[in-house]
Amino acid sequence: MPTTRELAEKARFVRTETVRLTRIAGAGHYSAVFSCAEILAALYYAELRLDPARPDWPDRDRFVMSKGHAAIGLYPVLADLGYFDPAELDSYTRLGSPFGDHPDMKRIAGVDFSSGSLGHGLSVGVGMALAGRLAGHDHRTWVLLGDGELAEGQIWEAATSASHYGLGDLVAVVDANQLGIDGFVADVMGAEPIDARFAAFGWGVQRVDGHDLPALLAAFAALPARGGTVPQVIVADTVKGKGVARMELSPDWHVGNLAGADYDDVLTELAR
Amino acid sequence: MTGTIEPTAPKRLTTSAMIASFADPGQRTSSAPFGHALADLADRDGRVVGLTADLGKYTDMHVFAEAHPDRFFQMGMAEQLLFGAAAGMAEVGLVPFASTYSVFAARRAYDFLCLDAAEPNLNVNIVGGLPGLTTGYGPSHQATEDMAIFRGMPNLTIVDPCDSVDIAAAVPQLAACEGPTYLRLLRGKVPTVLDEYDYTFQLGRAAVLRGGSDVVLVSSGLMTMRALQAADRLAAHHVDVAVVHTPTIKPFDAETVLRELDTDRLAVTLENHTVVGGLFETVASHVVRAGLGRAVVPIGLPDEFLAAGALPTLHDRYGLSTDKVVEQVLASL
Repeated sequence: MPTTRELAEKARFVRTETVRLTRIAGAGHYSAVFSCAEILAALYYAELRLDPARPDWPDRDRFVMSKGHAAIGLYPVLADLGYFDPAELDSYTRLGSPFGDHPDMKRIAGVDFSSGSLGHGLSVGVGMALAGRLAGHDHRTWVLLGDGELAEGQIWEAATSASHYGLGDLVAVVDANQLGIDGFVADVMGAEPIDARFAAFGWGVQRVDGHDLPALLAAFAALPARGGTVPQVIVADTVKGKGVARMELSPDWHVGNLAGADYDDVLTELAR
Repeated sequence: MTGTIEPTAPKRLTTSAMIASFADPGQRTSSAPFGHALADLADRDGRVVGLTADLGKYTDMHVFAEAHPDRFFQMGMAEQLLFGAAAGMAEVGLVPFASTYSVFAARRAYDFLCLDAAEPNLNVNIVGGLPGLTTGYGPSHQATEDMAIFRGMPNLTIVDPCDSVDIAAAVPQLAACEGPTYLRLLRGKVPTVLDEYDYTFQLGRAAVLRGGSDVVLVSSGLMTMRALQAADRLAAHHVDVAVVHTPTIKPFDAETVLRELDTDRLAVTLENHTVVGGLFETVASHVVRAGLGRAVVPIGLPDEFLAAGALPTLHDRYGLSTDKVVEQVLASL
């Protein structure tokens, strides 16, 4: 098990790689990655049951990035774990590259499902969990959702079915970073109380500071054992743009590019 | 509670009552051919699962559910969930058949089918009941434009079967087809027609069911049954009619169809679908690409929302009945 310090380094790596790839592309969704950098680090380096040498291992844990615009933060993690050569990342968003703004399950080892249109991942996760149960597997299916995404009614069709079928090996993590494109989620279309809403749908709920690595690890450890009958959600309170002061909770940084001094400033700030 | 439940003898499951049939009085039919074909396939292939969105009884999925309860998943009245979950199952290695009405699959769940099934090219098999004009319930249930919606979806195979023979043969071929498929389901007491012809359903292939020197009818779905009936009746008018059945709309067997159209016979397409974006326009686009430079007469539903009413009345009103087909062909000669 890596130390908290090591995981914090991995979260920093997610952020700095995201900035680097954004520069290659000329645009990217950095702030939505910054909010889930600790979540990705904790999941991929301390929790998920994976074997990068066997990306198609049938009983691996699944990770569905329903908020697919954060894929730019996932790719460096997959490369770092050995799913593919990190040098391939330099082709990010170039014509013909497998690495686009949203993840492609057919072209990138380690990506369990494609995404990009919000509100799909939890339904897909329900199917994966049902299929895993039918196959006698005990893999967990993790789905990373955004809080703005909870306005998609589909989330709640899926949440209903997960408790109906008692899918205890389905775990949703809500990156509650408070912002959508047009502004604060609370103003655009309020999602709170997220924890009470999932609880009312029959889910086991935990709520943690999504940038607090020990708290995330404790939430993972507190999940019922595999084979349970109550779907689980971890509502992670986060800050969109976390780690870069000018981006934090600013609706102006959803997508874009960092030029000149801004680029150097941000990397310097992330290195602190 | 009072009363008794009468014991019933085991019998072949059928579709529930209250469902209109387009079968002619006295016509040979087969009950729930899709449900039985899927149950039989699942006997041989452990990957096959069935899902529905609270329409098991009306899509003949209940036959599968009874035969394989452990592999049947009721997803409730939630079509986007139905197809999203089916895609997740396919990713894990299952071969899902997911049923609802065509209107709900095409209109309501499009984004989920497009991005979760078609774009990753997963083996998700969409089973759509009430395609075209096969119910008198009005526009909410009449999927008059389902093929027009689905034809634009890359990777999707579209099958418009004529009868119970087509359906029984299609089900295992749809499962064997690697990517997503859409079956325009005929359910309940489905006419049995094509066993009288030297024909076997082959996915992606059109077939000449009968030759004729004056007219060539190119048809799919239940309109092939009407085309064959019309051909018999037109013989009484000394009109010799060929019928080409094109049960796979996409990918389309243009080679076979163009070979039949490259003559000076009257060419007519027949489809249980709006004339916009379905079989007619599929044929027309191939005719133009091939530079055949000839007219094709479309028989199909008008580009409008249709009335509710009794199905035979509606088929007559909108030109799908055999009588109307005969009239339209004679008027075009």
